[in-house]
Amino acid sequence: MTARRQAMRDGITDVAPMLVGIIPFGLVAGAAPIAEGLDLGHAVAMSLLLFAGASQLAMADVLGSGGGVAVAVVTALTINLRMLLYSASLAPTLSSERLGARLRVSYLLVDQAYALSVIRWDGNDDRRQRLPYFFAIGILLWTSWQITTVIGALVGSSVPDDVPLDFAVPLVFLVLLVPVLQRWPSVVAAAVGGTTAVLAAELGAARLSILIGGVAGIVAGALAEGHQERRREVTPR
Amino acid sequence: MSGTWIAILLAGAGTYAMRASFLAFANRFVDLPPLAQRVLRQIPPAVLAALVVPALVRPTGQLDLWQPRLLAGVLAAFVSWRTRNVGLTLVVGMVALVAVEQLT
Repeated sequence: MTARRQAMRDGITDVAPMLVGIIPFGLVAGAAPIAEGLDLGHAVAMSLLLFAGASQLAMADVLGSGGGVAVAVVTALTINLRMLLYSASLAPTLSSERLGARLRVSYLLVDQAYALSVIRWDGNDDRRQRLPYFFAIGILLWTSWQITTVIGALVGSSVPDDVPLDFAVPLVFLVLLVPVLQRWPSVVAAAVGGTTAVLAAELGAARLSILIGGVAGIVAGALAEGHQERRREVTPR
Repeated sequence: MSGTWIAILLAGAGTYAMRASFLAFANRFVDLPPLAQRVLRQIPPAVLAALVVPALVRPTGQLDLWQPRLLAGVLAAFVSWRTRNVGLTLVVGMVALVAVEQLT
């Protein structure tokens, strides 16, 4: 098997279990705009153009309750601000790829594709395998998302209430978080990031909480790592 | 064109712009200074924790440390740490949540 083919197979294997969370979420993201009085075209366009579940739900909510264009756009963009961090995080790793490839990566840059890739691309990996791995994950997520939102929009969300499938989404992020907690600066970043996100949400900034928590965690982790490096310099080997 | 369509197009364009923001200029990201690399290294743990922790401790939109989702999440984190198995972690987390909800 070629290296590219192996990478695509790895990507599909890694992302497949996460579809347990994606499928019900996609059904809800398709059903919500209809329930809010929008039509199928709107639901499909949101999935194609935003391809970001939480912001699609929030937009449907704002537009459905007559919140106005500006509020809807600002709400969606606020929720998606974390994409700036993902883009920055992957940029050094993909610096030698062609612009066209990087722009296609950008379109498919969602939480799961980002997290799986950033864990795999540790610097000791095979460069030729990077894009095939990412695109296998991204295209599988994209296809699942488009199909499930159309189904959700057409037949409504028939996800049973007594099976808490929505819980699969944070569980997937949890599975992605655990392997990055190898070094203690990462633990500091996660502890501060998580706590600050909760505080921000408690203080009323629920839609900004991921960004606020993320930035606070990044600063704390960077300080912790700087501290660790200075200690290493003074300690004789 | 209706306001709804304008909103969807603007939000879509803005979201894409944020996704492409750094990746479009990634060719300039070769040989970053150590400080920048140090900052970028913190993004995965910080952002993933900011996604996970609120979902576990305020599932209904307010802080609540005494509910099944936190318990199920802690159990799932343990399974994930020991096994690194996504499928098993999802199963254990979901089953734990349903079980605790049934018992209480």
